[in-house]
Amino acid sequence: MSGAEKIQVKVTEVTPLNALVTRFRFEAVDGSLLPTFSGGAHTVVEMQDGGITRLNPYSLMSDPYDQSAYTISVRRDDAGRGGSLFMHNQVKTGDEMVISYPVNLFSLDLRARKHLFIAGGIGITPFLAQIHQLEHFNGHWELHYSCRSEALGSYADELSHSHPNKTHIYYDDQDQRIGLQHLLEGQPLGTHVYVCGPKGMIDWVKSTAEAESWPADNIHYEEFLAPQPGKPFQVKLAISNKTIEVGEHESLLEAMEREGVDAPYLCRGGACGQCETRVIDYQGNFIHRDHWLDDNEHASGEKIMPCVSRFEGKTLVLDH
Amino acid sequence: MTIQFNDESFRGDYTFRNSDWAIQRFPFPFHEDSYMYSVNMEQHRGGPKGSVYEQRFDVDEHYVSEMKDRALVLDQDPLRCQSLPHMTLAGWDLLELIMVSKSEDYPDLFELNRDGNRWRWVNKPLRIDHTFTFLDETTLPYGPMEYITRQAQGDFAILDQRDDMLWMDAGMVTTQADWSLDFDIGMNFFEWHAPVPKAHEMGIFVRALKFLLNIQQGAPARRLNWTMTVNPLLDTSPENYHKWGIQKTELTPENIGRKQHLRVELQTFFRLPRSNALVFPIRCYLCAFEDLMTVPKWGRRLHRVIRDLPDELATYKGFIDNRPLMLDYLSKFDDGLPTSLGIWPDRETEPPLQK
Repeated sequence: MSGAEKIQVKVTEVTPLNALVTRFRFEAVDGSLLPTFSGGAHTVVEMQDGGITRLNPYSLMSDPYDQSAYTISVRRDDAGRGGSLFMHNQVKTGDEMVISYPVNLFSLDLRARKHLFIAGGIGITPFLAQIHQLEHFNGHWELHYSCRSEALGSYADELSHSHPNKTHIYYDDQDQRIGLQHLLEGQPLGTHVYVCGPKGMIDWVKSTAEAESWPADNIHYEEFLAPQPGKPFQVKLAISNKTIEVGEHESLLEAMEREGVDAPYLCRGGACGQCETRVIDYQGNFIHRDHWLDDNEHASGEKIMPCVSRFEGKTLVLDH
Repeated sequence: MTIQFNDESFRGDYTFRNSDWAIQRFPFPFHEDSYMYSVNMEQHRGGPKGSVYEQRFDVDEHYVSEMKDRALVLDQDPLRCQSLPHMTLAGWDLLELIMVSKSEDYPDLFELNRDGNRWRWVNKPLRIDHTFTFLDETTLPYGPMEYITRQAQGDFAILDQRDDMLWMDAGMVTTQADWSLDFDIGMNFFEWHAPVPKAHEMGIFVRALKFLLNIQQGAPARRLNWTMTVNPLLDTSPENYHKWGIQKTELTPENIGRKQHLRVELQTFFRLPRSNALVFPIRCYLCAFEDLMTVPKWGRRLHRVIRDLPDELATYKGFIDNRPLMLDYLSKFDDGLPTSLGIWPDRETEPPLQK
């Protein structure tokens, strides 16, 4: 079986936070305690949306040591493929769902003398759990959180209220900007910086930190990509001896799963490397979108990450 | 079932013995008549009733005596237990995992009562009844990893996971097959495996690392590894090689059945939830050749495996000099009949020795 272990849960609260973000609370169906986890972990939520099974990863934002419930926050993406819309429009209190055990691809480096968190928008969620974790041990942290406006600043008020000296909020519509270079220059030795947000923000923090000579090991980021729609294409699966169609609004991984192929996965967002697949033959162009393969591998035509990457062309034969 | 704990020694007079029960359940590591490295991982989710695979942490008749031996080793060499400062949370993870597992799997031997962070731990075989505060080191006599691994058979390596790599950042290592925590502490996965022959060329470690990095919460894994030890010594450490290395020269045709032991490690791997570290328990089982030979299938197979093992592996595992002596002894238990696949003794179906 692919993916992490599963947990049967019941939705016990659905809380709209603002125009875009809704929070969901899950408790175990059988009333048992949920596993503890480490801050930065995500869960993969299974959605039965008509005939389609959607599997979307969401960061766990609740206190990792609170075993009574998990919470996630979902930002509605009207242009997306429908997972967030399903959560917003279909999921109601009392529904039963299946989620995965926690998987952490964005762990705290516990050697850090200080943890510097930089969040953009819904990228705040993994930091909420990490802050809970650090607060249990009087950990040294500081948060810089950029959001569009006060109305859309999820959890900004709570954070400012609970941790007034450690939380710094920046509102785009008030022309407030994180003074990143100055911020990084002022950090004590042994600080680790973590960034979660839109791609542009991650690149900005990475390149600024590198330019300031931060060691690569001290820079951490998480960016889960949602698979993007694209032109339909055909794939031949050599081992299962099937030819399948990948539709406009589904990923290659989802199409394989629909056809009963048990392909490995964890993050479903181009980050973890689990679904890496060998290309046996192709004639056409890859649309690589993952963070896992390096540029040379992307150019080689030998590998593809079916969770987020696509193909345009005549023939594609995969080792599945 | 209630386990009768042996009072025995793993040094000096070597009174260690396996009962018939322990021989029956010995994790014989060869599933076919030859051996080569492989990433032979499987899920660690129970196994046949009474086997060493059944519980998350196997407890057997050697438990109490092994813990006494561990205390002796630590008295003489405290550096066998080390934990870098950032690994304390992983130590609590391990304490929780072992206490919860043992109290659920062996309720007649271990009890855990939890009221929030106030925990009461009862270990009947070791006569411990201790109330402490979870996540508060000041309420334990040792750090959390040392406290619980003084009460758990086998060695424990705790590996921090950072930047797609595993780091040997904590451990309790007193029953090891000739490696040293004090030497390896802080090393990464490739560094501490550097001495292993052949496996690097075979790409074994790259694949093994990829597998281990992806072990997730709730889905532990396991494998067997093996070597040879003269006398039932738990502590075959490099630190004490001057004491035990010489014993390898004391084998004779008369004493080999009693003195030569097959040493098997049941290696398990668990993702630790609070720290996201990986714990690698390495449980050592010893069995004398003469006891192994009571199982006809194992007698036939062990001879064939040792006979055909490449020289590099026999050298790395430290028995190349004694191999001729071993083969003289083992060949008496190999009548050339075929053996069934798999590690189990199959006493009912395998024929008795035909010579």
